[in-house]
Amino acid sequence: MTRRLPANFIIGAVLVTLVVGVAALSVVWTPHDPTALNIRDKFADPSSTHWLGTDQLGRDVVSQLMAAARNSMTVALVAVLLGGSIGVALGLFASAVGGWVEDGVMRLADLGFAFPALLFAIMLAAVFGPSLSNAVLAIAFINIPVFARVTRGSANQVWTLDYVAASRAAGMNKFVISRDHILPNIAAAIIVQATIEFAVAILAEAALSYLGLGAQPPASSWGRMLSEAQTLMYLAPHLAIYPGLCIITAVLGFGLLGDGLRDITDPRLSRQR
Amino acid sequence: MGYFLFRRTAGFVLTLIAVSVVVFAVMNVLPGDPALTILGMDATEDALAALREQLGLNEPLLVRYASWVWNALHGDFGISHSFRVPVATLIGERLPMTVSLAVAGMVLTLVIALSLGIGAAARHGKIGDWGVMFLSQLGIAVPAFWLSILLVMLFAVKLRWLPPGGFSGWSDPVAAMRSLVLPTVALALVQSAVLARVTRSSALEVMRQDFVRTARASGLSRRRVLWRHVLPNALVPIVTIVGMQFAALVTGTIVIENVFYLPGLGRLIFQSIANRDLPTVQALVMLFAAIVVTANFIVDLLYVVIDPRLKARA
Repeated sequence: MTRRLPANFIIGAVLVTLVVGVAALSVVWTPHDPTALNIRDKFADPSSTHWLGTDQLGRDVVSQLMAAARNSMTVALVAVLLGGSIGVALGLFASAVGGWVEDGVMRLADLGFAFPALLFAIMLAAVFGPSLSNAVLAIAFINIPVFARVTRGSANQVWTLDYVAASRAAGMNKFVISRDHILPNIAAAIIVQATIEFAVAILAEAALSYLGLGAQPPASSWGRMLSEAQTLMYLAPHLAIYPGLCIITAVLGFGLLGDGLRDITDPRLSRQR
Repeated sequence: MGYFLFRRTAGFVLTLIAVSVVVFAVMNVLPGDPALTILGMDATEDALAALREQLGLNEPLLVRYASWVWNALHGDFGISHSFRVPVATLIGERLPMTVSLAVAGMVLTLVIALSLGIGAAARHGKIGDWGVMFLSQLGIAVPAFWLSILLVMLFAVKLRWLPPGGFSGWSDPVAAMRSLVLPTVALALVQSAVLARVTRSSALEVMRQDFVRTARASGLSRRRVLWRHVLPNALVPIVTIVGMQFAALVTGTIVIENVFYLPGLGRLIFQSIANRDLPTVQALVMLFAAIVVTANFIVDLLYVVIDPRLKARA
């Protein structure tokens, strides 16, 4: 029996393929060097050499957007992997041990919700100065409680299943059970969450870079391109359009893909909508 | 009720204490010499020593933490290095701006999200419903600062209806209101995207229940049933999201103030980072985190008001 894939999954997958493809391509090829200055060519109109024109320093806009896609994907990937693996480990641990340890870990995770990524990035920037790695740390940090919650919630359900009880009765260590039986069973929920958090991370990186707390010059970033474009609104309004469209494409893509994956892996949820 | 209130209040106070420990730890325990940060590399050893003494950096960490909390509870957040006035005074000056923006943004968010969400649920499966769903999906993906730039380009640069940014004070209320229109709209449009979705799905759930059919069958108008019967019963998930969105709203005001050059706390925090003004950053981060925690606490209490059944389980 073949089931039709949900529309949000297909649209999401197409957008994500597009963005990731462009980001991957930028590693080996961009039309121009994204950081090469060419003042004589500043504010060039779109042409066959510069498809979307150039900015106030004569840098090629397409090349910058492509390099920014790569930076954005890298930041999101590292932040979600880092925060996600800590969060999943905490969630598995809390669920395996239970009792007051579980309560304690979850209270600690709740604490993380009091700090939006921006506040954490502000603290790090105040102490160490603004940098992209601080932005990654801040985004990773807010991912820890999110993944801890999802993991612990799903893991608690699996612990009640018969075959888990059987492995316990057979004398298996709780942490071995967590690794061999719990984790594979909750992987779907974690992957769905990771996809959605990827979208959140892209948005957060853009905002932090826009505010000057993320990517520093000359690194290309959609957020930083927008903050530069904002000062040139009267001169070159089009520069403020493209980076925003890129952010939307990427965020929408991962968001829809995550929703679609959830509909596929948990059909109960999709029918309720 | 007494026990419930006690438990929640105790949890709230404990969370606040934990938050203050995290803020203090990040700002003080991490390697680095605040005196050197403030004075710069070419400061003399005497000046550094004097500043360390003045900041109380020679005291043990625990003593410093305790006196920070004690003084903060008495409204004393230390002296700002860059502005050379008490941080509390700075906060007092900038707070009204941020609060006006946040309150106006929240109100507009609720108006937009509840009407769109209930409206979409009422037209379930029809074109209006799809339109709202599409817009909210898009709204979730749009960065608030980009939407702000677009609004400024349209309404300030092209049409010249509203100022592009800045704020000249409340002495001219009309001008003040005009400067707040675009920031409020930018904040609310992005915020209402998530809320409209939740409102819609929560309302749809309620509309399937028998009492709604009974209400309709007893001759009440669609409108009255939607707003008087469906909405109140759909409130619990909505309030949960509103509470969670408070963090986003706080972050949102920080971003929006910087986009529109509004002299509020969010702008102050960035000026303080640029000026290496650590006491001010520390006080503001603590303030913002405390606002988020307090909002969540209030939401917890609101659950019981909205749905008294939850009290028994709480």
